Amino acid sequence: MSRRAMVLMSGRVVDPAQGIDEIRDVLLAEGEVVRTGVDLEVPEGALVIDCAGKVVTPGLIDPHVHLREPGQEHKETIASGARAAAAGGFTAVVAMPNTDPVIDSPALVGFVAAAGKRAGAARVYPTGAISLGLEGKRLAPVGEMIEAGAVAITDDGHPVMDSGLMRLALEYARGFGIPVADHPEDLGLSAGGHMNEGLVSTRLGIRGKPNASEDVHIVRDLLVAEFTGGHIHLQHVSTAFGVEMIRQAKARGVRVTAEASPHHLLLTDAAVEGYRTEAKMNPPLRSEADRAAVEAGMLDGTLDIIATDHAPHHYDEKERAFDDAPNGIVGIETSVGLVLTHFVHEGKLSLSGMVERMSLNPARAFGLPGGTLAEGSPADVTVLDPEMRWTVNAADFLSLSRNTPFGGWELRGRAAATVVGGEVVFQRDD
Amino acid sequence: MSPESLYLGKDLVGLEALTGEQIRAILDTAEPFKEISERAIKKVPVLRGKTIVNLFFEPSTRTRISFEFAEKRLSADTVNISSSGSSVVKGETLVDTARNLEAMRIDMVVIRHGASGAARFLAERIPSNVINAGDGRHEHPTQGLLDMLTIRDHRGRIEGLKVCIVGDVLHSRVARSNIYGLLKLGAEVAVCGPRTLLPVGIEELGVQVFSQVEEAIEWADVLNILRLQLERMEGGYVPSLREYNRIYGVSSARLDRAPRDILVLHPGPMNRGVEIDSDVADGPHSVILNQVTNGVAVRMAVLYLLAGGAPDTAEAAKQGGQG
Repeated sequence: MSRRAMVLMSGRVVDPAQGIDEIRDVLLAEGEVVRTGVDLEVPEGALVIDCAGKVVTPGLIDPHVHLREPGQEHKETIASGARAAAAGGFTAVVAMPNTDPVIDSPALVGFVAAAGKRAGAARVYPTGAISLGLEGKRLAPVGEMIEAGAVAITDDGHPVMDSGLMRLALEYARGFGIPVADHPEDLGLSAGGHMNEGLVSTRLGIRGKPNASEDVHIVRDLLVAEFTGGHIHLQHVSTAFGVEMIRQAKARGVRVTAEASPHHLLLTDAAVEGYRTEAKMNPPLRSEADRAAVEAGMLDGTLDIIATDHAPHHYDEKERAFDDAPNGIVGIETSVGLVLTHFVHEGKLSLSGMVERMSLNPARAFGLPGGTLAEGSPADVTVLDPEMRWTVNAADFLSLSRNTPFGGWELRGRAAATVVGGEVVFQRDD
Repeated sequence: MSPESLYLGKDLVGLEALTGEQIRAILDTAEPFKEISERAIKKVPVLRGKTIVNLFFEPSTRTRISFEFAEKRLSADTVNISSSGSSVVKGETLVDTARNLEAMRIDMVVIRHGASGAARFLAERIPSNVINAGDGRHEHPTQGLLDMLTIRDHRGRIEGLKVCIVGDVLHSRVARSNIYGLLKLGAEVAVCGPRTLLPVGIEELGVQVFSQVEEAIEWADVLNILRLQLERMEGGYVPSLREYNRIYGVSSARLDRAPRDILVLHPGPMNRGVEIDSDVADGPHSVILNQVTNGVAVRMAVLYLLAGGAPDTAEAAKQGGQG
């Protein structure tokens, strides 16, 4: 925490929690937001950052990243992931527990939290597994993991097939006020699949995962959340039917939050054409109708959070026949540029709407500090240069991995600086 | 010289990417090569000095030997590499194998691999010509070509014929290559089999779907009967081989009710008494052994064309050196 005060001068401050969207100065001190206002007096000795022409937002939060540590440090480490997140404009990320070993004990949750602090970049919030070893059998020590810093429980990557266990998880987590995050997938229906089931998979001769494999579990999760009163957080929703079921559940008052990922918002299974392993992830890229439904759901707030599912893999692991390559793409350094270019600049989403989906809503869903620049909030701030033009070049990523389907995309808008706890943890030179 | 449009490119990965004109040119080029296999001395110097690796990651007898004969009869130097293992091991091996082949300056690689896309994967990484001898469930282009050559031999044309592919289309690379090739040459194509073995969206490729083999037989001029792998029963796609034979098996009793003289193809190896009864396999409708013979000629044509030969000089090339 910085003792030195900081003023972010003359930026367009966008803070939907307070209904602010105007040119203001932001004064940070003692690790907190002191105030925002017009022509603030600069305290003596304060660091002044000129934000004219920039957008100043509450720190962006990505509630779905894989940092691979412990166990797969050749793909990413907590430190490299936290630095990549900061470069992508994120002041905080929520790390998934499917590491090796699995994060299913308070000691391991503590390890992730401590390594995140040491990184001195974006904040790293750990999650704990729902089940011991992600085996889908017995609940992990949820309460102790929360005491150690876990902000949610999830078996991401290993869907909870036992609906009875999902019931227990939702009931138990409810008592602690944390969400249960689920990767909705019926493993029986998706068995052996490597991409979306459809014409493209038929032509390529790749076994598909039907939409129904996701839909069945979305509906199951919504029903179980409804009768338990628990908070279900549905990860990376990719199907039109799934979006509609969530929309209806929200109307009934079910406690559900849900993610849209940039790749499901922008790509379809056509991107797999040519057996491109950088377009292989789970859930898979689906049809144009699904993509359009995910976009509509994100825009109308049904999918209230944009999350990347940042999933680094070493290039060797993706340099394989399609069936043999692992699922997942990196996303943390392209998310802001993609959302600004394809939704904000296209006039589909306001800046305020973007900040809701990338800061305020994730903070609320996971009970995290931040999400606003209200007085007394943590001094976590993202400064965006909404006009900066750049071309995605994976070689420039701070992430240890390069597996992106967005290489060569020309984008408009990027993070200019990232402030965490009143310290500048990232600032772009150019 | 032949027009530019007939140039196949560096590789033969599948028939989906070819034009009807290119496919016709391959079949036409195969014609003069048929005669070489009928000679006492079955060797011409068309590919003398070329090195070809037959890289088989899956067991294969027919296809590997057919390629090898085609290569040897064209005087190429050949090396066979066979390997099998878990899919993970295969995936890791493939990229390193590609680099090693590149380092040895191989002219051509014939690859068979269990993963769809493997041939293309290799083709994108080495300068040698790559010929797909079957990749997962994707394509088996030389099988598609030899099937079409056999149909053309017996019916004089492809255009306007009704061809039904019967059986496990879901897992079949032969089916996909046949569908693409036949449609491009103007045939009508249908598939028939249990719905568990027909892939989603197959109609969108432009094929009809029959659920009953009797309907298919009534409709078709040609049946191409696919092998039912025993694993499909273990995987639960069909309840039993006996039931499969009863409901989808092509028997002479069923063929006898066909309204026209039907041609029966099978890419082999056959499961007699499962997808095809012996009296059909050995009967008057069957052209299964003609397929095998044509396989060598078609593969010679593909090797010749990828090595830079032109379709209209194949006859001359046979006599002495490159066309």
